[in-house]
Amino acid sequence: MSQDCCTSNENVMILACSGGSNVGQLSNRAAVELTQEGFGKMYCLAGIGGHLSGFVQSTKDVPQMVAIDGCSVGCARAILDHAEVPIKNYLVVTDVGIEKKHELNLEEEDVQKVKEAIKEVCNKEQPVIPIAETGRSICCG
Amino acid sequence: MEIKVLGPGCPKCQATEKNVKEAVAESGLDAQVDKVTDIMEIARYGVFGTPAVVIDGKVKCVGKIPEKQEIMTWIEK
Repeated sequence: MSQDCCTSNENVMILACSGGSNVGQLSNRAAVELTQEGFGKMYCLAGIGGHLSGFVQSTKDVPQMVAIDGCSVGCARAILDHAEVPIKNYLVVTDVGIEKKHELNLEEEDVQKVKEAIKEVCNKEQPVIPIAETGRSICCG
Repeated sequence: MEIKVLGPGCPKCQATEKNVKEAVAESGLDAQVDKVTDIMEIARYGVFGTPAVVIDGKVKCVGKIPEKQEIMTWIEK
């Protein structure tokens, strides 16, 4: 096992509402792609909603996180508020000019727009070094 | 009291285990401290990273080395 394998501090935790509309699913798709690209790591908002201590405490302790809501109903924000987790970075997909529709077909252009907006929100607080550029392995968590 | 230190064995995990054991010894409480290194077992706690400390089934901290004083506040409650 690596001598320096516990690198959770380098992960931006990404929490997406993943709701049942185009904007909810855009939050999900953006979170998945940013995870695959090494920008951060998608985490289970449902675990926090269920008040499971591992999920709640992880979210409280992580230095960098972003919560993404599809629309102004703000389900992700409400879940975090209910679990008494401070929100460090926050984005609402409809705020970047994407209209909410109750359909699940996503436009690639919209996915890219949301990903860029998430990166911008995170970098405004503190610059994020993508995991892929740190050259360190991640074997924990 | 049952305390688990979750971590695969890097220096941060070892430091956490050391602090936990010292805190338990200083408190004089009857507590069992176990180190959990198996990744699959760690994953069952849903933690985002390690080291993590679990006391009587509740995760108390994740991804950092807790100070002995902080551990004392958890175990003396």
